[in-house]
Amino acid sequence: MRPQVLQGIHFMNGDVACAEGAIAAGCKFFAGYPITPATEIAERMSDRLPEIDGIYIQMEDEMASMAAILGASWGGVKSMTATSGPGFSLMMENYGLGLMTETPCVIVDIMRGGPSTGLPTLVSQGDVMQSRWGTHGDVGVISLVPSSPQEMFDFAIRAFNLSEQYRLPVVILGDEIVAHMTEKVVIPSAEEIKLTPRRHPKVPPSEYLPFAPDDDLVPPMACAGEGYNVHVTGLTHDDRGYPVITPEAQKDLVSRLVNKIRKNANDILDWEEQELEDADIVVIAYGSVARCAKEAVRRARNDGINVGLLRPKTIWPFPEDRVKKLAEYVKLFIVPEVNFGQIAFEVERHSVYHAQTLLIPKMGGDIHTPEEILKAIKEMA
Amino acid sequence: MPNKTKNHKNKKPKVTKPHRVSKRGRTKKRLVDIHTSRDRYTPIHEFSPTRDTYEHGIHPMDQYLRPGRIPHIWCSGCGLGSIMTCFIKAVQELDLDASKIAIVSGIGCTGRVAGYMNLDTYHTTHGRAIPFATGLKLAKPDMHVVVYSGDGDLFAIGGNHFIHAARRNVDIDIICVNNYNYAMTGGQVAPTTPIRARTTTTPYGNFEYSFNLPYVAIGSGAVFVARWTALHVRRLKETFKEAILKRGFTFTEVLSPCPSAYNRMNKLGDGLDEMRYYKEHCIIKHGADPAEAKLGIHKDIIVGKFVDKDKPTFMDLYNDELAVVHGKEPTLEISKKK
Ligand SMILES: Cc1ncc(C[n+]2csc(CCOP(=O)(O)OP(=O)(O)O)c2C)c(N)n1
Ligand code: SF4
Ligand SMILES: [Mg+2]
Repeated sequence: MRPQVLQGIHFMNGDVACAEGAIAAGCKFFAGYPITPATEIAERMSDRLPEIDGIYIQMEDEMASMAAILGASWGGVKSMTATSGPGFSLMMENYGLGLMTETPCVIVDIMRGGPSTGLPTLVSQGDVMQSRWGTHGDVGVISLVPSSPQEMFDFAIRAFNLSEQYRLPVVILGDEIVAHMTEKVVIPSAEEIKLTPRRHPKVPPSEYLPFAPDDDLVPPMACAGEGYNVHVTGLTHDDRGYPVITPEAQKDLVSRLVNKIRKNANDILDWEEQELEDADIVVIAYGSVARCAKEAVRRARNDGINVGLLRPKTIWPFPEDRVKKLAEYVKLFIVPEVNFGQIAFEVERHSVYHAQTLLIPKMGGDIHTPEEILKAIKEMA
Repeated sequence: MPNKTKNHKNKKPKVTKPHRVSKRGRTKKRLVDIHTSRDRYTPIHEFSPTRDTYEHGIHPMDQYLRPGRIPHIWCSGCGLGSIMTCFIKAVQELDLDASKIAIVSGIGCTGRVAGYMNLDTYHTTHGRAIPFATGLKLAKPDMHVVVYSGDGDLFAIGGNHFIHAARRNVDIDIICVNNYNYAMTGGQVAPTTPIRARTTTTPYGNFEYSFNLPYVAIGSGAVFVARWTALHVRRLKETFKEAILKRGFTFTEVLSPCPSAYNRMNKLGDGLDEMRYYKEHCIIKHGADPAEAKLGIHKDIIVGKFVDKDKPTFMDLYNDELAVVHGKEPTLEISKKK
């Protein structure tokens, strides 16, 4: 039987790597509903979780899957689900409940072409804004965008850690190419993997306020069966967790939920950058597209063009300060993405009046070739 | 209507007089959203969160009620209070460790039960109490997980979750308060509304067939199915006790008066009138075939414990699966069969 952490060098696809990352992070509960191109995650979990006495359950739909992982999380277990666009749409309701009730868990969304059933087997990056604004109301969210099977593994661990640290459902926004590509994945030993434990209350039940935050705006969490008698509700609530339907309570709660991400953004943010010091043009790309962007930037540099690359690894929160700084001296941002412009507008928003933004859209089905990006760089140089 | 409670002392209690009804069968004042305004005025008592520290009274049930949450939002004459009392009494008599009971509710008047009980309570989204409870139960198998919600929540928006949890025989207990309508939103038609009954969205009478809930439960695989009304407090309490102790997916339907919405629209009088109706028209028939226990407006009501059988739960089967994965023999007959 295989151990929890499959230490060693593997040749794995992104979906399998993601499942292994989750298991290495201590995930013991998976609820899901099959959907291309995320099915392999469910299949791997159904294979691996019983080996480590975890629970795999295939639910009747994605609303149920999302609800079940929230329930499991309140039961004190690290939980995850995996889906793609149509299922992600169905999860928005309880994604909101998870954000409102500050429930740690992980949602993997492997993006495929939309809208609707769209392109079940082909790539897109169309869910970026959905992961930000797809559930109703104002929220602070965390979404990670892996570019390789290795990152599918690494980010799965990071997603669990962030979800425990900041108490929210964290989204891994993979895309079909990253999910289905098979590459080398290095899995470290269990000792080398740093895990963030759940923040338990330090006070007895009589003094515990379930939604009173610590200094970092995150409240410690008492799970079911620990004697704290917590009331958890999706209604606007006060520090006691009691529903309070007033503008004041709404302001207190929602601003904290938004600020706990904003104020901790520097801890959450992660990106890769390349040759930005003297860049006139910066390509901003994420996910599978970033791999082609990297190649395009390399070739353009060879041709003597001052171009750099910014590759966000966390797309939400967005590295807006970095973009603002770059906009002070950069002439142009080029944003290739497999959608009709989602992150490009975010880049534009943070660089407006200082630099131009050029979107290279793709409707989905395939990603940009390095030549396409290179062509745009050359035209604009 | 909840806001009227203040005047009660000065008024003689009216017992049987029906509500004032306009010619078209609607009361003059339309209900829009019964509860949102009420919440604003719920006094927040000084905070003291556990049952040990709270001292607002000496009633023996106080320890099971969340401090600072009374008065509740329910209308006078509503059945929800007495049903919750039965539940508390059941928990009390079973003498269970209260930290081992969790309540999961959806959204609705019934869904508010979660917020009043001083246990681990989860007030989730509309219809999703059952899958949330499934996750909770599988993560915490040593806890009693009770889903306490309304007919619309459990059988309209949540109907699919109900049949699948029953099919899996997840060890959770479903308490469904059936008031024949969507009460929280002001009394719209529900999958339980009898044919010809009026609601705010069937102003000329309902023209859809309704669900026979115990029949749905049995057809989906529930191992324990019972029906009572808000009148049958003693029997209901006993059923709650049985359901909590029963291993597997249990279903208890509790018929309840909703004087503000359903009764008003159908000129059925207030809560007491409805209770009187239950008294006169309920027939206790344990073991009755649920197919013959269909409800209807102005019809007799068959109540009782319809089904009580045993079969392995989801976790029993899953544990056998784990045994097989770990190279051991399965223990259940059903898992041994190839
Ligand atoms: C997704 C969603 N749709 C609609 C609503 C509005 N809504 C709140 S409660 C309710 C009906 C509740 O009916 P039932 O479950 O029978 O509970 P009752 O109030 O009758 O106890 C509806 C439709 C909602 N909260 N969420
Ligand atoms: S169920 Fe009916 S009577 Fe009871 S609180 Fe709701 S609206 Fe009022
Ligand atoms: Mg109802």
